[in-house]
Amino acid sequence: MNGIPLSYFLVLSAILFGLGVLGFIFKRNIITIFMCIELMLNAVNLAFIAFSRALGQFDGLVFVFFVIVVAAAEAAVGLAIVLLISRNRRSLNIENVDEMKS
Amino acid sequence: MTLPILLFFVFAGIAVGGALSLIFAREPIHSALALILVMVALAVLYLLMGAGFISAVQIIVYAGAIMVLFVFVIMLLNAGVENRTQHSIMARWLGIPLAVFLIGDLAYWMARGAHALPLAERSGSLAAGPVSTQDLSLHLFQSYLFPFEITSILILIAVLGAVVLARREP
Repeated sequence: MNGIPLSYFLVLSAILFGLGVLGFIFKRNIITIFMCIELMLNAVNLAFIAFSRALGQFDGLVFVFFVIVVAAAEAAVGLAIVLLISRNRRSLNIENVDEMKS
Repeated sequence: MTLPILLFFVFAGIAVGGALSLIFAREPIHSALALILVMVALAVLYLLMGAGFISAVQIIVYAGAIMVLFVFVIMLLNAGVENRTQHSIMARWLGIPLAVFLIGDLAYWMARGAHALPLAERSGSLAAGPVSTQDLSLHLFQSYLFPFEITSILILIAVLGAVVLARREP
């Protein structure tokens, strides 16, 4: 609506998603890595809504609800895990958590 | 340049700036505040697209509930300045071009995706008029009723999991 082209929103979504991926790779703090995941989910939501509005359908909007719900559940469980890790390691640095590295 | 496009560029700039400062901030609390900025800017963009209810949900659930949880955990754990690793030579010379390539490639294919839509929408502008919340809720509670109910079980499991994980061992 209002004459904003769809591709503007899609390019913005791609930029935000790419920045989220970069943060996920580069950051060393577990909490910040979680925040980068939330940033990627937000970018995907933007693309969902833009496509949904362009096609005039409601499915994309409903999907955004489910993404938000899953993000909330993931944040609750993920932050509980972060709490547990920091209690056991006394550190939030991701490089101290390497048991699964053989 | 019309007003909506101007607003789009202002808030898109705020969102990208917030995302950049999320990555470059060294204190986790600064990252969290930057992420809240991104979410509020995205809520304004949803309003520009006419999705008013989702915009409100974005502010209330994302910027309100989820980010408060993040800030709460950051304060609780007293997360300090993040340690930087020693950058390897390859990371310095290859990392930034690869990062630019990743973002450019994603943006290129997403922009191509806009042109792959059916012919009627090829002009690219978004549909006119705001989404009515009534239509949205009818869609959610009729076509997507079963996934909606499954979602409640998912939330229940997540709550139980969080409680079990964060419980202090007796």
